[in-house]
Amino acid sequence: MNACRNVWTITKRELGAYFTSPLAYVFIVIFLLLSGFFTFFVGGFFERQEASLVRPFFDWHPWFYLFLVPAVGMRLWAEERRVGTIELLLTMPITAWQAIVGKFLASWLFLALALVLTFPVVITVNYLGHPDNGVILTAYVGSWLMAGAYLAISCITSALTRSQVVSFIISLVVCLFLILAGFPPVINVLEQVAPRLTDLVTSFSVITHFEGFQKGVLDSRDVLFFLSVIGFSLFTTSVILRTHRAG
Amino acid sequence: MIKVQNLAKVFGTKRAVDDVSFSINRGEVLGFLGPNGAGKSTTMRMITGFLPPSAGSVTVGGFDIVEHPIEARRLIGYLPENAPAYTDMTVYGFLHFTAEIRGLRGEARKQAVNRVVEMCFLGSVLHQSVETLSKGYRHRTCFAQSIIHDPDVLVLDEPTDGLDPNQKHEVRQLIRRMGEKKAIIFSTHILEEVDAVCSRAIIIDRGKIVANGTPQELRQKSEWAGAVTLRVRGVASSTVTTKLYQVPLVKRVTVVDEKDGHVTVRAFPKGGANGALAQAVGEAAHEWQIEQLQAEEGRLDEVFRSITMPDTAKEGA
Repeated sequence: MNACRNVWTITKRELGAYFTSPLAYVFIVIFLLLSGFFTFFVGGFFERQEASLVRPFFDWHPWFYLFLVPAVGMRLWAEERRVGTIELLLTMPITAWQAIVGKFLASWLFLALALVLTFPVVITVNYLGHPDNGVILTAYVGSWLMAGAYLAISCITSALTRSQVVSFIISLVVCLFLILAGFPPVINVLEQVAPRLTDLVTSFSVITHFEGFQKGVLDSRDVLFFLSVIGFSLFTTSVILRTHRAG
Repeated sequence: MIKVQNLAKVFGTKRAVDDVSFSINRGEVLGFLGPNGAGKSTTMRMITGFLPPSAGSVTVGGFDIVEHPIEARRLIGYLPENAPAYTDMTVYGFLHFTAEIRGLRGEARKQAVNRVVEMCFLGSVLHQSVETLSKGYRHRTCFAQSIIHDPDVLVLDEPTDGLDPNQKHEVRQLIRRMGEKKAIIFSTHILEEVDAVCSRAIIIDRGKIVANGTPQELRQKSEWAGAVTLRVRGVASSTVTTKLYQVPLVKRVTVVDEKDGHVTVRAFPKGGANGALAQAVGEAAHEWQIEQLQAEEGRLDEVFRSITMPDTAKEGA
């Protein structure tokens, strides 16, 4: 239980750090504005005349996260390295894993909060019609898992550098690959060039795996995909932190 | 409490720390001296488990820092170089966090925070954000963090760096007081600190230990140890030096100053003079008008320079 307490101590500190800087508020406001704008104007929520959030709301999430999640994750390790507090943190009587998980969890919970704050959309659609709230809930879970996968990748890039900007850009590029691997125009090209590889490539895409959640299907393979991206990325982060110290 | 054996650290092709061994017991304050880049910080980082050693071992309180890092780190309080602290937190929040991560809860945590706030005079900035603190306060905040769990072992990397003279004095007092019950290792390049605080000192240069002993013993290594300064009136310097060279114990005589009929010379002893030089010089000079006759103590800065300089000069050439 000691391990859990240590993780929670780190998580609390990190969450506190978000809310003492303007970053948290700026992030939440931008996220809500963007999702509102895209749902009602670009996504054509009213024009569709259906009581569903899948196309107008959740379809945009992979693209929002592309910019917003690296912005949340970029400071996690880069800032510790820049200020030198990493030396304090990693000489405390906790394991590197507890620190890594604690930090990741804090950012993930923060993203959950941002996601929960989009609840007016759910109220709106319930007020106007009779949507399948089960589908909406699974889509929310999927969206949160997807955000976790992006975030874990940002953890890696953040551990790689002292500069938050570099971390942001690299993780944006990596996440873009994860999206494009399942983006219809890319798949079309791929099918013509290398049809055998198409399945392999698309199976790496967050879009492919998010699709199921949007339909209200909680497929264990999709859950496993996101969890394994998170697990693998956090493991890579620990390796990077170790080799960085080994010199 | 701390045992360092054949410790080495290699960065690429550079041996930052090369075969360093020493140990520190409870009640000892070890001063870790050396020029910049000598490997002081690297050694301390390995003792605290931040850097894994390339070879050799460190045990703290019987726990190997690589095999049992958590148990060993529990015993250590660490002040890293440049005293980093989370800039987005208040001093109180930061100390609260470090106390919690050290396993202190509830009342014990409150007491621990209050204790270090008092010890490090942080009361006036308690609810200020670390970012807005002056360097001295920031330094003391990080120092407070290192003693919050009242550790048996303290590793302090340049604890007085960036402090004003009063604060330096306070920190030294604090280290000396705590040194009675703990094992403390601290690095510095201020030599007066060694005299003021340490029970033992190690000089490290380019990764290797080049001297190890009490400040007194180190001073003995100085050419100055047992040297005699003599000031006389109304005699030419050449006469004085010639006469002194006839004293058997004298190895070398230098003229320090000559003006207005005063001559100041300094005689350095041969090995084995054992403080008898002042007597001999006094006898040799008895027919002159002696204004000053003073036996010198060894000087640490001179020992430090003579041990570490030749190598640095060689490297520059």
